[in-house]
Amino acid sequence: MASQVTGIAASDGIAQAKAYLLVEPDLSFDKKTVSDVDSEVARLQAAIDTAKEELVNIRSIAAESLGEEEAQVFDAHTMVLSDPDLIDQTNTVIKDQQINAEAALQQTSDMFINMFEAMEDNPYMQERAADIRDVRKRVMSHLLNVKLPTPATIDEEVIIIAEDLTPSDTAQLNKQFVKAFVTNVGGRTSHSAIMARSLEIPAIVGTNNITEMVSEGDFLVVDGMEGDVFIDPSEETKETYKKKAADFEALKQEWERLKDEKSVTKDGKHVELAANIGTPKDLKGVLENGGEAVGLYRTEFLYMDSKELPSEDDQYAAYKAVLEGMDGKPVVVRTMDIGGDKELSYLELPKEMNPFLGYRAIRVSLDQDNIFRTQLRALLRASVHGTLRIMFPMIATLPEFRAAKAILEEEKAKLTADNVEVADDIQVGIMIEIPAAAVLADQFAKEVDFFSIGTNDLIQYTMAADRMNERVSYLYQPYNPSILRLIKNVIDAAHKEGKWAGMCGEMAGDQTAVPLLVGLGLDEFSMSATSVLKTRSLLTHLDTNEMKELSEKALNECTTSEEVVALVEQYTAQ
Amino acid sequence: MEKRTYNVTAETGIHARPATLLVQTASKYNSDITLEYKGKSVNLKSIMGVMSLGVGQGADVTISAEGADESEAIEGIDQTIKNEGMAE
Repeated sequence: MASQVTGIAASDGIAQAKAYLLVEPDLSFDKKTVSDVDSEVARLQAAIDTAKEELVNIRSIAAESLGEEEAQVFDAHTMVLSDPDLIDQTNTVIKDQQINAEAALQQTSDMFINMFEAMEDNPYMQERAADIRDVRKRVMSHLLNVKLPTPATIDEEVIIIAEDLTPSDTAQLNKQFVKAFVTNVGGRTSHSAIMARSLEIPAIVGTNNITEMVSEGDFLVVDGMEGDVFIDPSEETKETYKKKAADFEALKQEWERLKDEKSVTKDGKHVELAANIGTPKDLKGVLENGGEAVGLYRTEFLYMDSKELPSEDDQYAAYKAVLEGMDGKPVVVRTMDIGGDKELSYLELPKEMNPFLGYRAIRVSLDQDNIFRTQLRALLRASVHGTLRIMFPMIATLPEFRAAKAILEEEKAKLTADNVEVADDIQVGIMIEIPAAAVLADQFAKEVDFFSIGTNDLIQYTMAADRMNERVSYLYQPYNPSILRLIKNVIDAAHKEGKWAGMCGEMAGDQTAVPLLVGLGLDEFSMSATSVLKTRSLLTHLDTNEMKELSEKALNECTTSEEVVALVEQYTAQ
Repeated sequence: MEKRTYNVTAETGIHARPATLLVQTASKYNSDITLEYKGKSVNLKSIMGVMSLGVGQGADVTISAEGADESEAIEGIDQTIKNEGMAE
């Protein structure tokens, strides 16, 4: 009977195929006393050897279908499997306690897992605990003669149904046959979601119960845009989604065609479509999606992924990698935005009642300027490797900007005195996320080189509504005329002084907001890399003069967010 | 038996990548190789053993090798340590 399950849309696309259930087999066992301990030790060794062979095989399949980097997780697994401590201790347990290999393996591996999991301040070690679990499962399956599902052997088109997908599961999937993923747990940033996007297949996560609703071999339709799964759908549904899939393919081809094109409106005006990144690894996505610049490099990941303050050299290496990777295209680096909801274990920041209104970002940087100076020096040294733009976050007043810029100039002078080469064309700008700065943009524009509007925070501060609080999330209104007027004020102020204004934050890639922003004259749009081509395609349908008329109406005639949305729909439907 | 003492200079100590590299190098040799820190000694061919020591920056550690290829082993490990700037 036809039924439908809805989850979180995690990767775009439409797929129709049979279900393949990738669920854990029963690996339970009884603890037994054994008399012939030698044959038990031999049995363990045989299981380990088979598991090793299997891993070698999986690794080579993974390297081919997913790339060398993804395959390296299996090297870690092989290392665990070859670990003399694990093997010797398990053998000792078998001999001393005269118990079966399964029970002994469980006991020793538990000991190591507990030890690594207890290292809470060390995420690397906690990952090793996951490796041990994964490896144990594989050895156990051979001891028990139970088949682990081996998706590597799939040879017809399927949709994978699972509780969750581990790296070891996804590595075994052959893209030729796997048409989609649907899982019980996870969110847009979980491993399975990220993997699906990199494989460019549709995925739906967080359905809660898909493994219960679907049986092996059921025919499924998966809509990765909306998050819908149809189980045993009607012929009519199948046809509808065949058409939707064809439309999506056509759209994707149009986007692909735009990859190396300039971003221009219908009437030929160029705007810059940039991408937001968190680490040098994200560059790949920027280049693949035709990003013209990096509009926001969030450097706090350098601080958050580390147990201590990242050194000047480590930071320099990361900045250099990004600048070189962009090959001369501009890179806007935001200096550290630590504090608020982003805590650092090694930097003892006090707990606050209102972290978003508290000690964070530039406020920390100006107060603990030794940390700030290290970052600026790393940036200045890296500046010769590309087109660097430095952006200060959370600026509320001009004295804050002046103080930050003065520190930057001091460090620059020191480096120059030490004969270290520094680029002389580094633009220095601010993020506009505090309403005070947005209102006083005309004064700021005389001193900064650029503005980048951080809409997520600007909206929450303007509306006085915590965007994480579901009860007040209705106040997160990017299209509210009040927000649009603030944005206009910032853009106009920049242009009056011959400076440029950009936007980073969700709104810049929002298909309803883009027409309005084009009308307001925004120069640079920075968004998730995956939204760049979609937005470039949208731009080709927008006429600057019409959008100007649209934005003027939205700002002057609309009274609510809803009215603005309706107006945009009216304009873009033409 | 060959023995060498080091002072760990790597910021991360012997964790993560350094630990993996050391174990990979040690595993190439037949000799018994141990890493000693604060009176505790572990098998240098065991990634779990090495990481369980929790060797941090500034620690004094001793690496010993015993067996037919002990000199080559100590040399090889010394190379890895120096190349990676783990310790001196």
